Amino acid sequence: MEIRKPSIKNIPYNEWKDNETLESLINELNENGVNLIVGNLDSLINWGRSNSLWSLTFATSCCGIEFMACGCARYDFARFGFEVTRNSPRQADLIMCAGTITHKMAPVLKRLYDEMATPKYVIAVGGCAISGGPFKKSYHVVKGIDEFLPVDVYIPGCPPRPEAILYGMMQLQRKVKVEKFFGGVNHKEDNPNPLVISDIPKNFINEMKKTAGEVKDFVKKEINDTFK
Amino acid sequence: MKLNPIEFSFREFASEMTKLKNEKNFDYLVTIIGEDFGTAEGEENKDDYSLGCIYILENTQTHERISTKTMAEKIDGNYYIQSISGLYKCAEMLEREVYDFYGIRFLGNKDMRRLFLRNDFKGYPFRKDFVASEEYSLEDDTEVSTTTEYNLDANGKVVETTHPLFKEGDFVMNIGPQHPSTHGVLRLETILDGETVKKIYPHLGYIHRGIEKMAEEMTYPQTLAMTDRMNYLSAMMNRHALVGVIEEALGVELNDRIKTIRTIMDELQRIDGHLLYLGCYAQDLGALTAFLYCMRDREYVLNVMEETTGGRLIQNYYRIGGLQDDIDPNFQENCKKLIEYLRPKLDEYVNVFGDNVITHQRLEGVGVFTKEQCISYGISGSNGRASQWANDMRKNYPYDVYDKVDWDQVVLDGCDAQDRYYLRVKEIEQSLRIIEQLIDNIPEGEYYIKQKPIIKCPEGQWYYAVEGTSGEFGVYLDSRGDKSPFRMKFRPMALTLVAALDEMLQGTKIADLIAVGAGLDYIIPDIDR
Repeated sequence: MEIRKPSIKNIPYNEWKDNETLESLINELNENGVNLIVGNLDSLINWGRSNSLWSLTFATSCCGIEFMACGCARYDFARFGFEVTRNSPRQADLIMCAGTITHKMAPVLKRLYDEMATPKYVIAVGGCAISGGPFKKSYHVVKGIDEFLPVDVYIPGCPPRPEAILYGMMQLQRKVKVEKFFGGVNHKEDNPNPLVISDIPKNFINEMKKTAGEVKDFVKKEINDTFK
Repeated sequence: MKLNPIEFSFREFASEMTKLKNEKNFDYLVTIIGEDFGTAEGEENKDDYSLGCIYILENTQTHERISTKTMAEKIDGNYYIQSISGLYKCAEMLEREVYDFYGIRFLGNKDMRRLFLRNDFKGYPFRKDFVASEEYSLEDDTEVSTTTEYNLDANGKVVETTHPLFKEGDFVMNIGPQHPSTHGVLRLETILDGETVKKIYPHLGYIHRGIEKMAEEMTYPQTLAMTDRMNYLSAMMNRHALVGVIEEALGVELNDRIKTIRTIMDELQRIDGHLLYLGCYAQDLGALTAFLYCMRDREYVLNVMEETTGGRLIQNYYRIGGLQDDIDPNFQENCKKLIEYLRPKLDEYVNVFGDNVITHQRLEGVGVFTKEQCISYGISGSNGRASQWANDMRKNYPYDVYDKVDWDQVVLDGCDAQDRYYLRVKEIEQSLRIIEQLIDNIPEGEYYIKQKPIIKCPEGQWYYAVEGTSGEFGVYLDSRGDKSPFRMKFRPMALTLVAALDEMLQGTKIADLIAVGAGLDYIIPDIDR
């Protein structure tokens, strides 16, 4: 079986701006061959996933207002299944980073990202989140969140219009549609540094970091042994 | 206004300020401006800074404004100024800001912690010789649990006293920095006793971009782009204050067409900002319908502005000497349609949310702040007017054509969250009234008065303020005759609001914190700059 090009209702495939990235992704997946049953299950699950993308409300400045406008009567992103915004990272599929990220905010964003459950996605909204934007020369601004987070979709603008935000969200839908849910997506990130909370004593954290690797190896070995 | 600060020496500063307040009734501290006045020439002076502060004061009865200045004294390698936090409540927060940026310690201020920057930040960024580093940490900031107070003893030595922030057994809860009802990235460290709020420590700076420092390296037209991104709901007014101060320094005389269009645009922006406020207020209290209604109508306002300026949220419309472009041919017609559409809708908001029994129970008598407290904390704008303080910049210091239009300054006497809501509804009515009178009478003329290709302001210090959506927005400009400003300082509308949260909410329930916070209309990028 072959993975097909993702289709979005009412927008012809050729009218999308960036098809190359997606096609290279599809080729990569097809090269390894796709199992018939798993492949069909994948596309079923991805159909559901892509039409109910729940975002974490993470707005630091102007772009957040445009994101709010997206959710309201005129633009109404409920049409695409994006209407559920979550205030807890545990329940969110993606993080919409709308606004400038400063040096003081960067650890907070990183922690929120770490707290999300996989599969998770990051959208960088606006010039500031992409590259620092108009505040590139500042002493306190992160020059693009891709310095410490893997970004899936960039939405340029200062701030982007709601139409642009919708377009970016639909690009993410297409990306979700060509992923292998069984295999890959859930283990995308093999984080060597487990999430730690700084209120606990330092030596305890170091102990945790040391043992975390060992525990991981142990679990892997156990799983391998059982399913041999 | 051009500033001619009265200079006081280090020793007599506090007593002179007390005299000004008590005898001449300068009871409203507009802002404190820290400044690095530049180092003296010579090898032996190379470790010395000439740091100082400029204070702008207002007499709230006569609306007279003066400015004072004092230089910091170097004692044992550190810089000191006497604190005036005992005279003006808002001074405590404003002095912390100066300490954070310049490293000037205030003698007698009980809370000398960093305000915007991380506790482990090295150096003081606004000093002229500061070198920025690109590196940043992804580790959490170190939290401090004590504050230091500095005082001089009889021998002129500095004595340090530490005050603990928390008591043994205090239950501390963090609200923010990422919380849906703090309207941005504000962090409120709240000490609770059951559900009752005992103390609130606001932590700022999660969106501090150092706009003022960046402005020092930019040419004047470049600095304009920054103001729209501070309080994006009063983008036009913010930019108005900045172009205003530069035009005043240059001595540009605007024609009536520019003035009229600016007035109309300011009022449209005010309607936009207030509509979002009314919506978000409702949403924070759980009324989603009112939110959707307000956002729906806000789109109509944006449409009218967009046809002329080309932007939805950030318009970049004013420039030094006039406007970016002339108004759209349909602008007048669209404005009239908008007024016709919006008038009946105001009753709808009040019917759906404002006059609801639940809303009355949630908001009446909550977050009470008297006129005296408002003045002491410098809570200007709509929040001050809800406590009987008639402080509208448009009436007290009329700019543009506000003195030629017939409109009323709305002042209510409830002093609580409910009246802050009603006041905004009434202000939208007044804004519509202003636009209605002007829209048919836009005079003919040029929309832009040609300026030199390289703009250089003459030497001097100026301060220019306009009425923003939630208070007085002012810009201070110190020019040394260059093509970029020597020091530019914005008076944020909401910094003093956050400073007042603690006193406003002590002893109330935690649910009221959300209700009052939403009602104050603070926008965090505006505070942090």
